[in-house]
Amino acid sequence: MFEIIRTIVMRDLTLAMRRRSDVMTTLFFFVIVVSLFPLGIGPELDTLRMIAPGVFWVAALLASMLALEKLFAADFEDGTLEQMLLTPQPVFVLVMAKVFAHWLITGVPLVLLSPLLGLQYDLAAETLGVLLLSLLLGTPTLSLIGAIGAALTLGLRGGGVLVSLLVLPLYIPVLIFGAGAVEANVSGLGETGHLLMLGAMLLLALVAAPVATSAALRISAE
Amino acid sequence: MLEVSNLECIRGDRRLFSELNFDISAGELLHLHGHNGSGKTTLLRTICGLITPTEGEVRWQGENVRRQRDEFARELVYIGHKNAIKADLTGTENLRIACQLDGAPVSEKQAWDALERLGLRGHEDLPVRVLSQGQKKRVTLARLLLSKSPLWILDEPFTALDKAAVSYLQTVIQEHVDAGGMVILTTHQEVALTRGQVKQLGLGWKRDGDV
Repeated sequence: MFEIIRTIVMRDLTLAMRRRSDVMTTLFFFVIVVSLFPLGIGPELDTLRMIAPGVFWVAALLASMLALEKLFAADFEDGTLEQMLLTPQPVFVLVMAKVFAHWLITGVPLVLLSPLLGLQYDLAAETLGVLLLSLLLGTPTLSLIGAIGAALTLGLRGGGVLVSLLVLPLYIPVLIFGAGAVEANVSGLGETGHLLMLGAMLLLALVAAPVATSAALRISAE
Repeated sequence: MLEVSNLECIRGDRRLFSELNFDISAGELLHLHGHNGSGKTTLLRTICGLITPTEGEVRWQGENVRRQRDEFARELVYIGHKNAIKADLTGTENLRIACQLDGAPVSEKQAWDALERLGLRGHEDLPVRVLSQGQKKRVTLARLLLSKSPLWILDEPFTALDKAAVSYLQTVIQEHVDAGGMVILTTHQEVALTRGQVKQLGLGWKRDGDV
């Protein structure tokens, strides 16, 4: 089974390396959205510190959603997806591998870059750490939940808009606890509870989302 | 042995076929006929398990294929209209990934050999994107040379191929049937197929005046 996961992950990483522009768009989107707020609001440090958690998390949510389109669509178009459904491998394992690769490509760069971007908001070093940690726990959940929506809207016209309607409401709990963790740290309340909730949501998504995504893929492939 | 019993498929509000019964056993080839839109591809995809039939079932070794997806997938190679190759990967990469996912990994050398036998010498390490339609089809078909699965389901395998490739593919299919394999295929081309058992099945019906 690990051999299969490795194969899929390596395949998707290779494809991403050969199509770098696709990967960069999500990252640049995140960087630009996050950087626009300090420019628009002005150098009011107290305000910036206050809005930082929300801005980062909303930007991460939108970036993650933007990237969803590419999760299954290319494989669906060229027929490799239906071949995957016809392999003796359990589909949820394939889904898990694809989502993991997708997160490595679109989620991890965003997580790693966030402390640097956080400097624009005058966040303390410790808060930057919490921001990084919350995104590290939250973005894989976003990818897992988003995969369900991406699978359901495969091959539909205007699927991009539909996917945001389906997926954004499901992102809300992650947004609340993700931004909450950073806020709690800024206000000195302690972020542990929020981070634990994020971890719990990740575990739940890890168990449930691949199964739901597999079922959705079977329906879409018909 | 593959059995299809009482199969019915309705797509949208059109009944493509109903009460369809046939079986195919080792050393047999089923040639599926039918005009455009008569449901050949739908039937093939239903047999594979990609489409849920409205009625009836497909059985492999006596058991419904939908209850033994993984086992059936191991016994099956399906080549559809789409080439199922990634344009940014090379021929060998495509082939090796496909075989790995099929649960029968092949070495770099085996993949190169298969592509060479299909006349792709010198193109093995180019991204598939730069190949012609016929060459892409050959990369897809190379899976057949490496597969050990007994059942091949081929949807229009001869399209885009040149004469030499068509006759080579015919030999490959012939050898597979001779060796006790099963093949279900659709093709509009008139091609002499195998020395083995050939079954014919016609789908759809024409009204007077239809082309």
